[in-house]
Amino acid sequence: MMDTIVKIQRLRKEFGLLTAVDDISFEVKKGEVLGFLGPNGAGKSTTMKMITGFLTPTSGTVSVDGFDITQQPLEVKRRIGYLPEGAPAYPDMTPLSFLNFIGDIRGLSASQKQQRIDDVVSRVNLENVLYQPIETLSKGFKRRVGLAQAILHDPEVLILDEPTDGLDPNQKHEVRSLITQMAEEKVIILSTHILEEVHAVCSRAIIIANGKVLADGTPNELESESVNHNAVTITLKKMDNPSAVREILVSIPNVHKLETLNESEVLSYRLQPKSNLTIVAEVSQMAYEKQWEILGLSVETGQLDEVFRTITTTSNRIN
Amino acid sequence: MNTWVLFKRELSSYFATPIAYVFIIIFLFLSGIFTFYIGNFFGRGQADLVPFFNFHPWLYLFLIPALAMRLWAEERKSGSIELLLTLPITATEAVLGKFFAAWAFTAISLVLTFPMWISVNYLGNPDNLVIFASYIGSLLMAGGFLAIGSCMSALTKNQVIAFVVSVVACLGFILAGFPLVLDFFSGWLPHIIVQTISSFSFLTHFQAISKGVIDIRDLIYFASVITFWLFATVIFIEMKKAD
Repeated sequence: MMDTIVKIQRLRKEFGLLTAVDDISFEVKKGEVLGFLGPNGAGKSTTMKMITGFLTPTSGTVSVDGFDITQQPLEVKRRIGYLPEGAPAYPDMTPLSFLNFIGDIRGLSASQKQQRIDDVVSRVNLENVLYQPIETLSKGFKRRVGLAQAILHDPEVLILDEPTDGLDPNQKHEVRSLITQMAEEKVIILSTHILEEVHAVCSRAIIIANGKVLADGTPNELESESVNHNAVTITLKKMDNPSAVREILVSIPNVHKLETLNESEVLSYRLQPKSNLTIVAEVSQMAYEKQWEILGLSVETGQLDEVFRTITTTSNRIN
Repeated sequence: MNTWVLFKRELSSYFATPIAYVFIIIFLFLSGIFTFYIGNFFGRGQADLVPFFNFHPWLYLFLIPALAMRLWAEERKSGSIELLLTLPITATEAVLGKFFAAWAFTAISLVLTFPMWISVNYLGNPDNLVIFASYIGSLLMAGGFLAIGSCMSALTKNQVIAFVVSVVACLGFILAGFPLVLDFFSGWLPHIIVQTISSFSFLTHFQAISKGVIDIRDLIYFASVITFWLFATVIFIEMKKAD
């Protein structure tokens, strides 16, 4: 069987003079969890609304399994489970009647529906609130009802707009492990502005700002864009002449820049290498030769939030 | 199929909230007042429900827009429209499901006026065929009002605006047959257009049916009014669903 593919080509959405989404193209395959990263108003939600058929693109195409969203919207909608931003539901219904309604609209047979409802209810832990009106539920439970609704028909494609927004740390963890459990047999696209989430669940991340894709890669690839990628942090026991130490460190081959982190209780420096080279061996060799007392030595992978800030703020300046 | 699923959800949601009970009680209370006090039911000395049905257009003028205003405006406001319209359901199915649920609800309210029919049968020998036709006419007229209200509700996320605009539009459809409106047009519009305007009046057609004659033309009239406004609703939903 062919892998489910969500294919987005030159997608564009204009609201009057504002271009919310500006020529976005990408593909997602089965097994991938794609994280949509971007500042507020970057076009994340707008893109998701176009993929799910709620918004009509100004130009460009969205296809799921080869079905085009404007030509065969129902075929696409059948394959997608969608959690809109804020997890809207019908407040006067109970989670049970709501899920029954969704199951009916999704065309599940009575026995299928019963089985799926049992399954999703236990997956998102809704057992205790099944008979309470949704409007009386806490934010966390409302979000879970939204998730249950999205995965009820076991869709091939799952689109989640800020699935963990407003949840407490335990609930965030639960939702993330739920996503990870389902990742293998689905295409999952989720938006977030929590960068640790990208590490926790995404196999791939796209950074968008002002409606444009600015970066696309695995979380590790994105981190390697960081100036601190492969940087070495060295902490030494306090010595009399810190400036001499600094000079020696800068003189190590391939060290690009030295940043002083602390010189009061200990001597701590971050050394940035030239263009992604590794310098940890050279640094430890030098410390050994000089007989410094090393308190700590670590290699940094780079920080996603720093990459994110660099990428999104430079793009703002260009515009 | 999807229309039926949505119909069931919508209809049960009326009864899950106080809307149903408030609406039914007010409807029964007001129709009682209108019939017995203002309509002088006993003083007329006739065994029929004419005073009861005569006030229906005016009762509907306020009650039906109040029922219809939430159809789409509430979905917009709460964001659930995004959920609904990304489910595998077409806008037409959604519009029909909601409309029929609201219409069925008014039918239920109308059925609950049966004590009126029992009283008049107890007191005399009315023409039950005429009464039956009047009920049909009243239900059709309610459908017309609802379709207008559904369209106005689709245009805004503000229920108050939906209500006010619907009342005005419905008033236009009631008054279209009144001299007040026709005189305004007859001065400067050709006779044929003034006639057309007058034929748009809900009152003209409702009163025709209330006489006990269910004329196919009156049925076609209400069917086309409902179809027209629901069609407009579908178009507005498709066009403006995300606004």
